[in-house]
Amino acid sequence: MTLEAFFFYAFTTLALGGATLAITRRSAVHAAISLMVSLLGVAGLYLLLNAEFLFVSQIILYIGGILLLFLFVIMLVNLDAGRGLRQFHQRWPLGAAVTAIAGVAFAILWSRAKLPPSQTMPDVGNVELVADTLLQDYLVPFEVVSLLLLVAVVGSVLLARKRA
Amino acid sequence: MIEFWLIPVVMMLVIVGLFPPIAGYIVLVERKVLADMQVRLGPMRVGPHGLLQPLADALKLLLKEDIIPRDSDKGIFYVAPILSMFTAFVAFGVVPFSEQFRIADVNVGLLVISALGSVGILGIVLGGWSSNSHYPLLGALRSSAQLVSYELAMGLGLVCGVMSAGTLSMVQIVRNQQTQGVWYVFDNWGAMAPAFLIFFIAAVAETNRSPFDLPEAESELVAGFHTEYSGFRWALYMLAEYGNIFVVSAVSVTLFWGGWLRPFPSVGWLEVPLNYGVPFLLFAGPGIASIVLLAPKLKYAPHRYGMLVVGGALTLVGAILLIPAVNAVAAAPFWFLLKVAFFLYVMIWFRGTFPRYRYDQLMDIGWKVLIPLGLGTIALNAVVGMI
Amino acid sequence: MLEGYLPLFVFLVLCIAFPLAALLVGKALRPSVFAPAKLESYECGIEAVGGARGRYSVRFYLVAILFVIFDVETVFLFPWAVRYKQLGWFGVAEALVFLGILVVGYVWAYKKGALEWV
Repeated sequence: MTLEAFFFYAFTTLALGGATLAITRRSAVHAAISLMVSLLGVAGLYLLLNAEFLFVSQIILYIGGILLLFLFVIMLVNLDAGRGLRQFHQRWPLGAAVTAIAGVAFAILWSRAKLPPSQTMPDVGNVELVADTLLQDYLVPFEVVSLLLLVAVVGSVLLARKRA
Repeated sequence: MIEFWLIPVVMMLVIVGLFPPIAGYIVLVERKVLADMQVRLGPMRVGPHGLLQPLADALKLLLKEDIIPRDSDKGIFYVAPILSMFTAFVAFGVVPFSEQFRIADVNVGLLVISALGSVGILGIVLGGWSSNSHYPLLGALRSSAQLVSYELAMGLGLVCGVMSAGTLSMVQIVRNQQTQGVWYVFDNWGAMAPAFLIFFIAAVAETNRSPFDLPEAESELVAGFHTEYSGFRWALYMLAEYGNIFVVSAVSVTLFWGGWLRPFPSVGWLEVPLNYGVPFLLFAGPGIASIVLLAPKLKYAPHRYGMLVVGGALTLVGAILLIPAVNAVAAAPFWFLLKVAFFLYVMIWFRGTFPRYRYDQLMDIGWKVLIPLGLGTIALNAVVGMI
Repeated sequence: MLEGYLPLFVFLVLCIAFPLAALLVGKALRPSVFAPAKLESYECGIEAVGGARGRYSVRFYLVAILFVIFDVETVFLFPWAVRYKQLGWFGVAEALVFLGILVVGYVWAYKKGALEWV
């Protein structure tokens, strides 16, 4: 097994294993930690694709930002009070059926798809490439992102205040 | 293959093996310096002038009973300090001590350190939460709110530095400072200095150091997020804290203060006086002083001999650094570590000087002062750098 | 690309192994004397009243969500900063517009008192 294959399977195991644990743990905090493992696995997969910038921003934004936000919410409202409830487990046959159908559909699509040959990234530095693409070819979307962030600021402030 | 792995593996073992004792000695220096600022003596009993105190502390921590509170979430209680500690340590992996002495040089080194720092916050949050006790939970909430607020300001300071450097690789940042002939803190006609100040203030807050040590405010929160931790688990949090202090100092040095470069790296005739003179004076000076001045004053004979040995060892190190072959290799890491030591000293100095902020003041400084200043500094540097 | 990161991964494993090994060694050395009072949560010497898990101020939530938003912005600025010199005045203008729109949001949040800590 080559080194790359080893890391691929290691990261995939992290991503899938973490995701499975995240939906099966009773305790919300344990689920959040499993989600962290899963996100780390995905970050590792980005690294294998030579997408270094995506790798670090995945960790900074998803683990350092969004997961921390989840933990805050769990700590603030004591979500673990619902630890003993079994509510979500009653519909599992339906869930399994939906998963099976989606899996079959995906398998059919996969067998018929014509995938383009895989490309390797030029080795000039991933951040520089991201910068050039973002700031020259996709200039308008880049600026629209800041509008999106503006809307997010407004929305979060309005949500968190009792009377806007 | 062997050339590729030799230095990284040696560096890994050196860092993992040596940093814990070094952290112990940083604590000793901190206690001594604080004592001196408060006109006390500090630790004096264990070894001459307390020089063996870190050893005693380490033994005590290893031998202390491990207590896990009954109400705690045991799994997370185990994992949290390890999470904090290893993220702090892995960050050493991208710190260049000199052109050769480094573990890995990756294209996004600077962001790897940021990423590890943001994962490290989770260690604090989870440690406080899993204790299931009032003070740790409040400490963890406060701590994480503080850390995320100052992480933003820190990021803005870093963006400024990166604008001058044009790369995120830690090694390349220093090389670029060499070719451009300027340490970035002096770049852009001084417009970069505020960026460094913002970064450094935020870094002090990021490492929970005084005057931003709210998470551990002992007068109101006992010990903050690690109230329930004792023995070696507590030691892991301490190692993480001192590891983080070292790493943020190393980032300041690398990005703003020329990394392993000596002062005036482009002035050739300064090489001999600076590369040979300064290390010799710094090691042999205190060495001779402790033999001549300190040792004779010690009444207790083992302490006197111990002091003579320490003084002799320091003088010897100074002499070894005068050998050209050694000096050629050791000068660069010497300058790097000297600069890092300076920032470590500044952080201790802060602790001896500033009173702790109130929590609302702390959040105000983060959100209402440092972030707008940081955004302004980016705009200023963007314009000034182009002229 | 992966080769450059390989020492970092080896170091990561070493850094996780070190505290585990130290804790195991410590386990062999340290005493363990059971007493129920030792395992109580700390409350300055008296018995703790109620669990620690409860409801806390929504301020913390607001801080966290504003952090996520501004963190995204900082991450977007890094590629620009790396290419700042090559992009020239055009890039500066782009970044200033980007920052300008966010400053509007910042000022609005400031005016609404979202940054006050009471």
